[in-house]
Amino acid sequence: MTSGIPLQFFLILAAIMFFVGVYGFLTRRNLITILMSVELILNSVNINFVAFNRYLFPHKLEGFFFSLFVITVAAAEAAVAIAIIINIYRRFTTINVEDVDVMKY
Amino acid sequence: MTANQLMFILFSSVIVACSILTVTSRRILRAAVYLLFVLISTSGLYFMLNYQFLAAVQLTLYAGGIVVLIIFSILLTSHISQKFEAIEIRKSVFSALAVAAGLIVTIITILDFRFSATTQAAREINMQAVGNDLLSTGKDGFILPFEVVSILLLAAMVAAIVVAKKAGPSGAQTETIKEQ
Repeated sequence: MTSGIPLQFFLILAAIMFFVGVYGFLTRRNLITILMSVELILNSVNINFVAFNRYLFPHKLEGFFFSLFVITVAAAEAAVAIAIIINIYRRFTTINVEDVDVMKY
Repeated sequence: MTANQLMFILFSSVIVACSILTVTSRRILRAAVYLLFVLISTSGLYFMLNYQFLAAVQLTLYAGGIVVLIIFSILLTSHISQKFEAIEIRKSVFSALAVAAGLIVTIITILDFRFSATTQAAREINMQAVGNDLLSTGKDGFILPFEVVSILLLAAMVAAIVVAKKAGPSGAQTETIKEQ
């Protein structure tokens, strides 16, 4: 089933994905692309949970359920974030984070 | 090289390449499509690990739901052919340095650590087991996070509608509140 692939490969893959997401979070200036970087980060964490569950604790289902809940929270987060982004766009007609510097007016 | 290893190499190279393209592409719609490829390959990894239910959830919720939501909001907020201006060299170099340092530390730690697996027999995962665990109140049950997450989803749905709703005909939302 998972023969021939050490656990470390999955962890390194998830680490690469996580740090690519962090890079995007630091350099991007558009709110939607920042949201996409966050999705990358959440997804890499899911890979970690699932790989640990399969390799180290195959008699339990904890990592499985945890990643299920992470996916749900990510969906809720994306919905609220996109509502906020659309509201920001309506007020400022831009979603560049450097141009949005007023919290209330 | 077995078929498994071949599949892992395929999926992981797609994931790495497309996630780098997601954060560097200067056209926002293309970035969203690269993100879609990353999420689909991740579900392929879940299939490889024999978690079919999780892979299906990943495909329907992430690849089907979140990416469509993101693409909709891209089309609402920016022009399709809009290109970002290039990032400042200084910013991208310093971010890359910080990220590379973190990545190296993480990889060294992963390679150093001795993981010890249990010797207990693997549990068979079918839909019945998943459903029983999700709704059981016993030792291995997950009913509390299940209920909490359902409340979170309801709250997020209401919040998204309230936040994205247009203000009343009299202008901004704050003014309508004052009038009442």
